[in-house]
Amino acid sequence: MPIDQSLVGRRFPPTPPYAVSEDKIRAFVAATGGTYDGGPAPATFPIVVAFQAMNDFLEAEQVDLFRIVHGEQRFSYERAIDPGDVLTATLTVASLRQIGGADIVGTTSVITDEAGAEVCTGTATIVHRGEA
Amino acid sequence: MRTELDTRTFRVTREDLVAYAAASGDHNPIHQDDEVARSVGLPGVIAHGMFTMALAARYVEEWVGRRGEVLTLGAKFTKPVPVPPEGAEVEISGTCEDQGDDRVVALTVSCNGEQVLGRFKATLRA
Repeated sequence: MPIDQSLVGRRFPPTPPYAVSEDKIRAFVAATGGTYDGGPAPATFPIVVAFQAMNDFLEAEQVDLFRIVHGEQRFSYERAIDPGDVLTATLTVASLRQIGGADIVGTTSVITDEAGAEVCTGTATIVHRGEA
Repeated sequence: MRTELDTRTFRVTREDLVAYAAASGDHNPIHQDDEVARSVGLPGVIAHGMFTMALAARYVEEWVGRRGEVLTLGAKFTKPVPVPPEGAEVEISGTCEDQGDDRVVALTVSCNGEQVLGRFKATLRA
């Protein structure tokens, strides 16, 4: 089933606050074979919050995660993420087009800290392949 | 100034993908289950695109020598990285170039001789 065109421009509710800890950063770093001894999180760590926003969006639209592949991802950072940060992501559907039975969805997730200050913006293109 | 960065090879196993799923929250079964992956036209289990991007970011941050120096980061996921039970290898090389006030890292990221990330670019704090 194609994704509803009226979604473009819709902003989804913010994700629940996510508390960044050294342990969470360490597990993320270890999964890609790196080591972590404290300090800022690696550059792609904000995907943890951005992915939560994406998951909530897919669930709200009843889209199966296994039919999704990631097409493109960008981040721009206002500052580094540190242990102790409490982050929230708010996703907006930026674009939607259909190509050959697939939905190409562009999303923007703004990640903010507890004070409401912008920390990072993630823009993603995801490809949804409907049932054959 | 333009600097060539050393080529590095990273080994990826299915255990890494399980650990990454837990750490990132991305439990898409196409990264764990061959049958589900094949049902959507993939060759079998593939790495999360963000796993490969995390490797590339690790390459950049280890070259810089610390984290927290990246201002922008982006890439297209041009080809999947198949991870068979015996594992896979991802090869990364690149350059760092001064562009105005910024330092820009461009990478070539490949698996089995095919580029898996397109136009990977990271801007670093000057």
